[in-house]
Amino acid sequence: MLETKVDKVLDLKGLLCPVPVVKVSQAIKALPIGAVIEATATDPGVLADIPAWARSTGNEVLSIERQNKVITFRVKRVK
Amino acid sequence: MTTIAVPYAAPLGSQQLEEEATQPKKLSMVVFSGDMDKALAAFVIATGAAASGAQVTMFFTFWGLKLVQRGKLAGRSLFGRMMGAMNRGGVEAVGPSRFNFLGVGRWLFKRMMKSHNVSSLAELRQMAADLGVRMIACQMSMDVMEIPREDLIPEVADVVGVATFIEQAQQSQTTLFI
Repeated sequence: MLETKVDKVLDLKGLLCPVPVVKVSQAIKALPIGAVIEATATDPGVLADIPAWARSTGNEVLSIERQNKVITFRVKRVK
Repeated sequence: MTTIAVPYAAPLGSQQLEEEATQPKKLSMVVFSGDMDKALAAFVIATGAAASGAQVTMFFTFWGLKLVQRGKLAGRSLFGRMMGAMNRGGVEAVGPSRFNFLGVGRWLFKRMMKSHNVSSLAELRQMAADLGVRMIACQMSMDVMEIPREDLIPEVADVVGVATFIEQAQQSQTTLFI
């Protein structure tokens, strides 16, 4: 995986729908365009929901991967 | 051979598409039910849509008003007071649509939600308010059930009629009745 600069780290482990998406959307609004958030979550729903959220809001998912029960993803603010 | 003329409206069409792309999406929801489970769905959808960049309106009417009441006993007339006592408002007082068993189900559901780390209705409602979800209440239902404006939580932006909701709904891509 390419090394990208991470501007904010979010721990969303243990949180269920809709909270991970809400937290990511709130966090990204506080950052400038081009900023990257790295988050960890345990709700398997984020595998579908974070890409869907990114498509709705026009932001970009740089990576999303699952290792055992923990899902790590990076999203970049585009808009 | 016949040719069918297809009206060509590219300039207007592309302009419309651009406008649609730049304008935020809208979701309007009638929250009619005062059941805990349906309210959970309503607030999850509202917060999820708001987080995805949509402008969300929740129109609370009839039993749904319980979700935005402070939970005081409502009613002035005899029937109004009876209604208030039997149908106590407040987000903590609502029970599930099935298996309520006179409040045992409500307690059980709350416990199960907590143990699975699902946000409570009060938390979700606060989250919705923080995300800018516009909550409006139905004047007519409030009159019928004798619920005064002061008994609604301050997050309720306005008390309105059906025409206000329709205006919002007609501008929305998604409309829901819960």
